[in-house]
Formats: sequence, C-alpha cells, structure tokens
Amino acid sequence: MSVKDAIEAKLTQGLAPQGLVIVDESASHAGHAGAPAGGESHFRVEVVADAFSGLSRIERQRMVYDLLAEELAGPVHALALKTMAPEES
Amino acid sequence: MSTETTETIQSEIDANDVVLFMKGSPVFPQCGFSATVVQVLSQSGVRFKGIDVLADDALREGIKAFSNWPTVPQLYVKGEFVGGCDIVREMFENGELGELFTAKGVETEA
Repeated sequence: MSVKDAIEAKLTQGLAPQGLVIVDESASHAGHAGAPAGGESHFRVEVVADAFSGLSRIERQRMVYDLLAEELAGPVHALALKTMAPEES
Repeated sequence: MSTETTETIQSEIDANDVVLFMKGSPVFPQCGFSATVVQVLSQSGVRFKGIDVLADDALREGIKAFSNWPTVPQLYVKGEFVGGCDIVREMFENGELGELFTAKGVETEA
C-alpha cells in the first residue's frame, strides 16, 4: 500500500470524513535536506469531518496526528493540515 | 525525554514572551514551514526568540514530547502552545493571531 493510500484508509476509518483531499507534494521538495528519495514524504491533507465540531485547532490536528502516528514516525517528513467541521467548509 | 531537556524548554518559554522552536535560525530557516512562521511573526511586528532544534538532537525530539505535537515548527506565546505552521498561518490570515498577542499583552510594532 502506498503511503498516500495508508493515510486515506486511516483517516477514513478514524474520522468518517465528509471531505478528504490528500495531495502528495513530495516532488516540490525533492533533494532538500532530509527528504528521502522516491517521494511520498510531503503531503497536504484537507479533512472535513463532524468529529471536529466544537474542537480547537490544536485538538483537531492532534486527532489527525494520532491517527497517522505510524506514518509521521516513518516515511512522512511533512504534513500540512487543514481541518474543518462541515459548517466551516 | 530527560529532565534536563524539559527544564531547558520550560525555562525558554518562561523567559521569553514569544518562542519559536524551528529548524534553522530566523535569519536562515532550514525548512519552508519554519520560514513561513518566521515571516508571519515578522509581519506581526513581535519580537521573538527562535530556537534551532537541528542544533540539539535531545531538543529536536524533546520538544515533540513536551508539546505532544509531532512536528516542528512550534510556537509558544506567554508559555502557551499555539500550534504549528498551519494553525499560525490561519490565525494570522483571519486576525486571530494579532488578537492573541494583544490579549496576552505582547507588544507589537506593526
């Protein structure tokens, strides 16, 4: 399974999102310090989920970080996040 | 994480109103996300202390455990964790960051 597929599977299972966009931005970071060869290291993720309603930005991002702990400890070098409740999207 | 690392981090956020744990220095950021936050703080007109986590492996891992936050940069204002690049940029764009500085009594030159 690619890293992108793993991110999609875990966020889908963990958050039942109404909207989910995952963009692999590794290409634009290729070659810089710490960027592994082969890509799948830099991602931008936008999630719309009921689960975020009433939570602070920090709490929302922690939910995502917890679900993706394995990826963040491994191949994922950078993760840009936009977390929205349905009424904010 | 060692007690020493915890104490180092705590003393920095106690001693400085605005602290940015980052990769590289404010003058030479080593990461695009850190550079973004430096730019936001500069545009906000606040004085801040930048701490380069790349200079110290214990600090690089320690700050993640300290804040329960897996990524760098991390911004602290008056001892309170504000967030990373995404959060700081969003708060800057909608004016919340300026309000936070005002509410916390942080001087801005802007």
